[in-house]
Amino acid sequence: MNRYLLPLGVFILLLVFLGVGLNLNPHEVPSPLIGKPAPAFNLPALDNPAATFAQKDMLGKVWLLNVWASWCVACREEHPLLVEFSRTGAVPIVGLDYKDARVDGMRWLQDMGNPYQTVAFDAEGRVGIDYGVYGVPETYVIDRQGVIRYKQIGPITPEILRDKVMPLVKELQK
Amino acid sequence: MKRLITVLCLLPVLACAKEATPMAQNPEVEARVMALATELRCLVCQNQTLADSHSELAGDLRREMREMAEKGMSDKEIAEFMVNRYGDFVLYRPPLKPTTWLLWFGPFLLLAAVGILLLRYLKIRRQRLATEGQLTEDEHKKAEAMLQNSGDKA
Repeated sequence: MNRYLLPLGVFILLLVFLGVGLNLNPHEVPSPLIGKPAPAFNLPALDNPAATFAQKDMLGKVWLLNVWASWCVACREEHPLLVEFSRTGAVPIVGLDYKDARVDGMRWLQDMGNPYQTVAFDAEGRVGIDYGVYGVPETYVIDRQGVIRYKQIGPITPEILRDKVMPLVKELQK
Repeated sequence: MKRLITVLCLLPVLACAKEATPMAQNPEVEARVMALATELRCLVCQNQTLADSHSELAGDLRREMREMAEKGMSDKEIAEFMVNRYGDFVLYRPPLKPTTWLLWFGPFLLLAAVGILLLRYLKIRRQRLATEGQLTEDEHKKAEAMLQNSGDKA
């Protein structure tokens, strides 16, 4: 009997490892930017090429930077939640329209509602690269000092908003 | 008619010409960028290198790399640019540091552990054979008889 215990133990251990591995999402690569200052940028606004938005305009405030695009399917899924959430006024949301056409981006906001305080327009995706964006939508929680505290890869769900984003924002706003 | 066919044959070529991706002016720079890009992982299609991937992000990153290479940045600086944004995950050869010790040395640890187990097993077996393995006088005779029998049959 004893001689079967060891292989059985090893087998169960292997199953546990495989099980954990299967439940990890390989597309969620931890960002090296967490705990670091948000990369500087200065971009034209989506609705007005003459106006600009820089990340340092938000210093002193806790804010969300939501990277989206009109061509992004998952953003469509996320957007109503952002619109609803922005009505609570809990935290300012800034949009970053990533690799998009100006007309398409503006039409999207007209059709789906605009949850953003400002939308910066990143036509070439260079700011996206500085922020390590690789799967739109992505959302960053940035604190008063301009440090990135959290990054959500993929759409925000009501659960993530309730359990992760809001507690963190409240903590940072204290 | 012949001319029409020729034109029709050339149409796909024209379509391709439009799709061609921009390359660095300097072939040396282009070669360096592409060599470096084969060492870096594309985050969109994670099992492809930046050199192979057709994703938009990979194209943009190759563009960034070309610009950096043209500015005279070293391969190391360009790789650092990528790691600062996407983490060590973009490197196909993970760096040696405390969080990757297990990755680098784990296989050797496993090998050593198996080696120790094997040596112990062999030692125990040798001891058992030395004590229990010997045949008694009766068993010897029995065995010899059996061998003789099978020899006759053959």
